[in-house]
Amino acid sequence: MDLSIFLIQVLNSVQYGLLLFLVASGLTLIFGIMGVINLAHGSFYMLGAYAAFTLSSLTGNLFSAIAIGVVLAVVFGYLLEWIFFSFLYERDHLQQVLLTYGLILVFEELRSIIVGDDVHGVPVPAALSASVPLGSTMSYPVYNLFISAACLVVAALLFVLLRRTRLGMMIRAGASNREMVRSLGIDIHLLFRVVFALGVALAAFAGMVNAPASSVYPGMGNQVLIICFVVVVIGGIGSVPGALVAALLVGFIDTFGKVFLPDYSGMLVYLLMAVILIWRPEGLFRESAV
Amino acid sequence: MSALRRALPLVALAALIVLPALAGKFYVELVAKIMILAVFAMSLDLLVGVTGLVSLGHAAFFGLASYMLVLAAPDKYAATSLWISLPLAVAASALLALAIGALALRTRGVYFIMVTLAFSQMVYFVFHDTKIAGGSDGTYLYVKPVASIGSWTPLDLGNARHFYYAMLALLLLSFAFLRMLLASRFGHALRGIRSNEQRMRALGFNTYAYKLAAFTIAGAIAGLAGYFSAVQFGFVNPEMASWHQSANVLLMVILGGLGNLFGAIVGAFALVLAQDFFSSLTKHWLLLMGGFVILVVMLLPGGLVGIERAWLHWRAHRG
Amino acid sequence: MLGASRLTRRFGGLTAVDRVSIDLERDAIHALIGPNGAGKSTLINLLSGALDPSEGSISFRGEPVPAGRPERMAHLGIGRTFQRSNVFPDFTCFENCRLAAQARTPRPWAVFEPALRCRRSKDAAERALVTVGLGARRNVPASALSHGERRALEIAMCLAADPQVLLLDEPLAGMGTEESQHTLKLLRELKHERAILLVEHDMDAVFAVADVITVMADGAVLASGPPEAVRGDRAVREAYLGEAR
Repeated sequence: MDLSIFLIQVLNSVQYGLLLFLVASGLTLIFGIMGVINLAHGSFYMLGAYAAFTLSSLTGNLFSAIAIGVVLAVVFGYLLEWIFFSFLYERDHLQQVLLTYGLILVFEELRSIIVGDDVHGVPVPAALSASVPLGSTMSYPVYNLFISAACLVVAALLFVLLRRTRLGMMIRAGASNREMVRSLGIDIHLLFRVVFALGVALAAFAGMVNAPASSVYPGMGNQVLIICFVVVVIGGIGSVPGALVAALLVGFIDTFGKVFLPDYSGMLVYLLMAVILIWRPEGLFRESAV
Repeated sequence: MSALRRALPLVALAALIVLPALAGKFYVELVAKIMILAVFAMSLDLLVGVTGLVSLGHAAFFGLASYMLVLAAPDKYAATSLWISLPLAVAASALLALAIGALALRTRGVYFIMVTLAFSQMVYFVFHDTKIAGGSDGTYLYVKPVASIGSWTPLDLGNARHFYYAMLALLLLSFAFLRMLLASRFGHALRGIRSNEQRMRALGFNTYAYKLAAFTIAGAIAGLAGYFSAVQFGFVNPEMASWHQSANVLLMVILGGLGNLFGAIVGAFALVLAQDFFSSLTKHWLLLMGGFVILVVMLLPGGLVGIERAWLHWRAHRG
Repeated sequence: MLGASRLTRRFGGLTAVDRVSIDLERDAIHALIGPNGAGKSTLINLLSGALDPSEGSISFRGEPVPAGRPERMAHLGIGRTFQRSNVFPDFTCFENCRLAAQARTPRPWAVFEPALRCRRSKDAAERALVTVGLGARRNVPASALSHGERRALEIAMCLAADPQVLLLDEPLAGMGTEESQHTLKLLRELKHERAILLVEHDMDAVFAVADVITVMADGAVLASGPPEAVRGDRAVREAYLGEAR
């Protein structure tokens, strides 16, 4: 394989992996801290993408659309936790699965009613629409580099939040021992609401920033969801570093898989998961007890 | 249990037996379809309601068996023998369940749910992406399997009425088999695993082996349902192994009530009828469906079968 | 019958059990006492196979036993109770014991035979329930039992499996005086043909019933021997009995 094509695939892998990381980190935190399995998490990604579409049509500017969108996502996540998800904590996994599945149906249909079922494209902002030459014949879109850069920045911010702030310390404590956090007198309800809003915002941001590169279509949330489940299983529930490693691993395997084994690329990721399970059933970086 | 409750299943059975004489072809086919789904739901109830294993990938076994029927025909227009293609399909599902179970059961709780989902997606992609049987478009079953042994043909699976009674027999036989299984030492042990797995291990039960056996049996019975579903529709596509199908059957089980097989049967009827009803109301019926799912799970934790108990409980707490 | 040699278990930096050797003899009640955190429950977990040791070995009747396999231990005839009642809450007392008895002859492939037709497991369950005094409560779901009754059910489940070694983790905790007396009398009867390890905090009960006492503190054995020897041991008095008096 020629060097510039290889480089392109590497860049694609990193981009995909980082996007998956943003969505999966929310999923793993929500599960690790609140103990809720949330099938609707992929819907947040989808809603983010559709929000980017409608907002950028309204404002004419993708960056302001993303800024507004993130704020909306945080508010939406906060309210959703309060109105709906807080009732799921006491329930068993089966009920959580079905309740969040019902939520997926509701979100999909509401989107269908409000925005319709068409596939949409979101225009790339003019400032980022150029391409970077790679080698003599190939080039790589600047916007895709922007996506990876934006995800990296957000990922870095997330790590700073988790490692260096008091909130982050509470989140990490909650991920490994929910009861202890409660007994420390921390307002657990507020913590849950914040974590949930954070998770929604991360997923929505991923959807928004990726919208110009891939189209915006119904069902995009479901595909992301299942891959993110695989990422969380491989990385270990509750572990954000684990989610990063796993997401990048999945990004590379999926991207290079499509190149070398196009007919089987869909299955490769699951095969990876099977291999990891044989070796370490609790995931690579197990942090909390399930 | 009141006399009414005891009589209900018998009344229902009687209704099922006389239905073809009273109703038109549409209803005969609809109820046959529901009975197949009821078998599918009972197999999942064995896992979820009895053993406590929440599998979100049960459709993989349903879908595999359907495809096996189509793939078993040497050429498109040749009919296979029921007595060969059916065991083949069920064995394939059982083997797949054994393989997936062996790996998935190394995990617990939420991991298990996610892993079963992911493995069934793998199966879905095998059918969706490769050229095995028409890819995402699916394939038609041009000729239904033939149930002859030598020159004797006891039933014609293409005849709606024959097919209906065959499915009723399938439902009754599956029910009887599963009831027997539940009453056995194996069944009691499965319930023990659901109640307190750690204690079961401490008592000396090899819980992994029990869970794997349950998973395999459930997969085989799901395959049984999948095979006849393909026979009925004459068409297979990857959606039969999709996670929507898995979520659907899970819904049937919880809607009806976990742990006693009647719940699965009631759930299958209730869900299909609810879907038909909602889709007749509006194009956006999935919204109603989503709301319905949420309401049922929130308000009826014991399912429809437990509705009497839920009603008494509610009345007792109001007064 | 059941012996452990230099059994050690570490959790990260903490050594919960430190080179403990212990022998459980037939026809004897061996009591294990020590302050909270001494490692007594961890030792029981090791002996019953619920945990595998970081170092050391366990033998049953002279034969070495594979570590970390509770199923194996149960099959060899080593039964245990739990410090916090660990029963099947949705089942009746009878079914709790019947399942425990079924474990000895599981025969899972006998799918055509209803479990309730097995005389052996039903009789074993009945006997166990009557022995601990729960005969009248046989059809009550375990979740509806009082705390003391649940402790008794723990013992009944252990008995229903007809074990040769009983590892009892604070069986008297939460029991009233009368129930405790009944249980102690039961233990004296049970020790014939069996070996019993009794972890307890109630010193009167321990000295009333034990043939051998081992004292643990900070994961290690402080002293071990007949009750009077232990009562007189100065290190033990300082570390533990002094506090309890």
